[in-house]
Amino acid sequence: MDIVDRNDRIPNGRMAVVQYGIVLGFIVLGLGLWQLQILQARKYAALAEQNRVRTEPIPAPRGKIYDVHGRLLVDNYPSFIAFLQRDGSHDWRADLPLIASGLQLALPDLDAQVAKFRGSPAYQPIPIKSDITEADEEFIAAHRDQFPELESIMASRRLYPKNGFAASLIGYVGEPTARQLDSGQYRPGAVVGKSGLEQYYNQQLMGVDGERRVLVNSHGRVVGTLSDQAPVPGRDLHLTLDENLQMTAELALGNRPGAVVALDPRTGAVLALVSHPTFDPNLIAQGLSSAQWQQWSNDPEHPLLDKAIQAQLAPGSVFKLVLSVAGLQENIAETKKVDCTGVFYYYGHPYRCWITARGEVHGVLDISQAITQSCDFYFYTLGTEMGIDTIDKYAFALGLGKPTGIDLPGENSGLIPTRQWKEAHYHQPWYKGETVSVAIGQGPVTVTPIQLARLAGGIASGGHFPRPHVDADATNNAGFDFPLTATTVTTIAAGMTGVVNAGGTAASAHLQGVDFGGKTGTAQTISNAKLRTITGSHSQYVDNAWFVGVSPVVNPDIAICVLFQRGAEGSFAGQIAAQVVKAFYRGQNVATATAPRATGAGTAAGE
Amino acid sequence: MRFRDFDWLLIGVALLIAVIGIAEIHSATIGSKFASVWVRQVYYLLAGVLLLVVMSQIDYKLILESSPWLYVISVAGLIGVLVVGQAIFHSRRWIPVAGAHLQVSEFVKLVIIVVVARFCGEARLNLAWRDVLSVSALVAVPAGLVLLEPDLGTALTYIPVAVVGLWLGGLRWRQLGWLTLAAALMLPVAWHGLHPYQKARLEGFMQPQSDPLGSGYQVLQSKIAVGAGGVWGQGMAQGSQTRGEFLPVPHTDFIFAAFSEEYGFVGALVLLGLYLLLLMRLIQNAQLAPDRSAGMVVMGVVAVLAFHVLVNVGMVVGLMPVAGIPLPLMSSGGSSLLFTFAALGLVMNIRMARFVN
Repeated sequence: MDIVDRNDRIPNGRMAVVQYGIVLGFIVLGLGLWQLQILQARKYAALAEQNRVRTEPIPAPRGKIYDVHGRLLVDNYPSFIAFLQRDGSHDWRADLPLIASGLQLALPDLDAQVAKFRGSPAYQPIPIKSDITEADEEFIAAHRDQFPELESIMASRRLYPKNGFAASLIGYVGEPTARQLDSGQYRPGAVVGKSGLEQYYNQQLMGVDGERRVLVNSHGRVVGTLSDQAPVPGRDLHLTLDENLQMTAELALGNRPGAVVALDPRTGAVLALVSHPTFDPNLIAQGLSSAQWQQWSNDPEHPLLDKAIQAQLAPGSVFKLVLSVAGLQENIAETKKVDCTGVFYYYGHPYRCWITARGEVHGVLDISQAITQSCDFYFYTLGTEMGIDTIDKYAFALGLGKPTGIDLPGENSGLIPTRQWKEAHYHQPWYKGETVSVAIGQGPVTVTPIQLARLAGGIASGGHFPRPHVDADATNNAGFDFPLTATTVTTIAAGMTGVVNAGGTAASAHLQGVDFGGKTGTAQTISNAKLRTITGSHSQYVDNAWFVGVSPVVNPDIAICVLFQRGAEGSFAGQIAAQVVKAFYRGQNVATATAPRATGAGTAAGE
Repeated sequence: MRFRDFDWLLIGVALLIAVIGIAEIHSATIGSKFASVWVRQVYYLLAGVLLLVVMSQIDYKLILESSPWLYVISVAGLIGVLVVGQAIFHSRRWIPVAGAHLQVSEFVKLVIIVVVARFCGEARLNLAWRDVLSVSALVAVPAGLVLLEPDLGTALTYIPVAVVGLWLGGLRWRQLGWLTLAAALMLPVAWHGLHPYQKARLEGFMQPQSDPLGSGYQVLQSKIAVGAGGVWGQGMAQGSQTRGEFLPVPHTDFIFAAFSEEYGFVGALVLLGLYLLLLMRLIQNAQLAPDRSAGMVVMGVVAVLAFHVLVNVGMVVGLMPVAGIPLPLMSSGGSSLLFTFAALGLVMNIRMARFVN
């Protein structure tokens, strides 16, 4: 191809290749436009819409909680939440360290919070700090251009009573768990009840969040509103709880570990429900540091538990009420007299009555006296005579060994040992000697304070066991009936009256001029054999003190159970109960004299 | 001055595209901090027209003869930019001239067109390997200097001048094969030499969904803007992608996306048609050129403008990676506009020269 181009022209063929090459390139571009603007126009229009339309949640105000007289217990107050919008143009992850320091958050906490939202759609905002301060608000406003993803919205926040007043009953709110999020039940960042009434009545309290659809630019600045869907506020909760009585119970128990439950045995209405030590739910609402969680979670006193419904402990001598009912209903105990000689021998094994510790014996007692003086010897005799099956039958019939069905989450059932239970758990038959321990509420028997409060009230009201409930509007409160004979009721009432009078085990709980009776219990937290193997301090193995009380002793208006952990003897628990009962009658007098008052402000429990 | 002999169609199309560009710059920046940029673009356009007239009066032969000197000055200028140039946007491609920033590399483009045209125009029609290597070296030196600034996009635009020059100069198929092979072998080396942000751009091009907020963001937003335009577009200044500032730099590199969102498939095709008309009219002028070197000059202009349009629009519709190459005549910015009108002025001069003989 050794040609000299005489015309000094570019070869036409080569020019044509360039020309066709360019035309081909333009055809490809045209096809590219066809693909985007004709074939996929709808998809890209939707993406453009997604870019500029943002959905902002309008949180529904949570329902308030009132006591039986309409006094406000749990209120809301307006506060601002800082959150991250991830659908912006910005590489917001790179900003996290600066945002963390600007809002005074720990970066690991912030990273952990962001990680929780990894699986959720980008249009869902990530709440990163609630109840932000004025300084935080200024930081957000000043960095709108630098951190377009950082925004704040107004959201009402929970205001709980101070100092943990009724905290374990009311519970607290927080973010949904990973499982709740997975099930699609709640959106991330939602405020849901995590414990107590807040959890049980979450659906009612939470309402339905509204949402606002707004037009934004790439900097996240709102340039217009498309639609506004108002939230449906949560419904208020009216409790059976009496604020004054609750306060009395809180103060009476003080900083002792334990629980107090006061019920109206006629209806099952919970009048007071205390668990100590407790926590301040306001701290949780403000966003708790992981260190504080650790501290509460690792506390041996379990401040986050509601012991009133969750503590499963040996009832000790309170269980003698179950044996009394069994013995009287079976027509064994009414006329039965037992001579307490201090040591009860059963198949050659000695079982001591508690009185021997004082070097005394009870002597001859009938069932009422045995209740009053809590004679172990009497109930060893009665229990072994009836056998474990009869004891079990009455324990279950009086509502032990199963949850009471109270409208609170996480209630425990306690344990009533049976032959089947022994076989299933130890692959052993029931030994008769074990019945001796069960007869005085020791051994494997465990109960919860709410069970004992209902039991005491139920026996005194002739076998009427309504379902305990906290919500005044709760229905299906009938519970169950286990009719008792008049003899059973009056005999036990006489014994319980004796308890708070001279010669009784809780004489110090006596209330002048009040028809009041009770039963003490002292329950070992550990067996004697085991105790002997432990050297050094025994303080954490000190016995738990119980007291159940009713007033009046027949057809009572109030039933109460007090648990004083490591309180050694039941008599002090009795004094706490007496204070609550006294306050109950004082309150009734006031209530009849003046109309119920309603207060607007949050309630404080001072100490 | 023989305006009668001007290619009025060519100038008309170029001016029409430039005016559309100014309208689009205005529409895409309403309410933003670039809202007044379109006014400056009007002045650039007037300066461009003036430059076209001036260039059309300078005998292209004179320019071809002095091209070795122009080349030496260009290389010296690029080195000067590297040494004393201001650091703007992490690169040093600007030097301050009379208060405005002048992009030296844009004008070097013109010089390279002329140098390659002269070399290939005077060489024998079947190029020896020595010729091929000489042309490659002539382009590689300034391209390398621009790459150091670093300005990958502009450096890339020098390459089609060499390719088209060699091709029209009579490159043999076997030579083409070897050159292609050499280029393919260079690719991994080139990848290694890229800056992280450039690698990210390429990765974002390959998988725009992998990291929609990072490097793939621009491509994705551009495609959304184009796609949301549909058949007829959303109307002037009505594009939500553009007005919402989701589309990055809608008045410069992504102006075609902004235009497509507002005027749809129909508008985009009309605009592409105008560019095609411009290029075809230039090729016609090359065919009518008085000699091979003159034709080569015009084809050099064609090579640069076609490369710009194909790569820029290709990027906007997601067929090409983001390379920072503006759309000629439309993208906001003086240097690019002045280059284009200077190049068109040169073409006018060549066109008028054929009537002299």
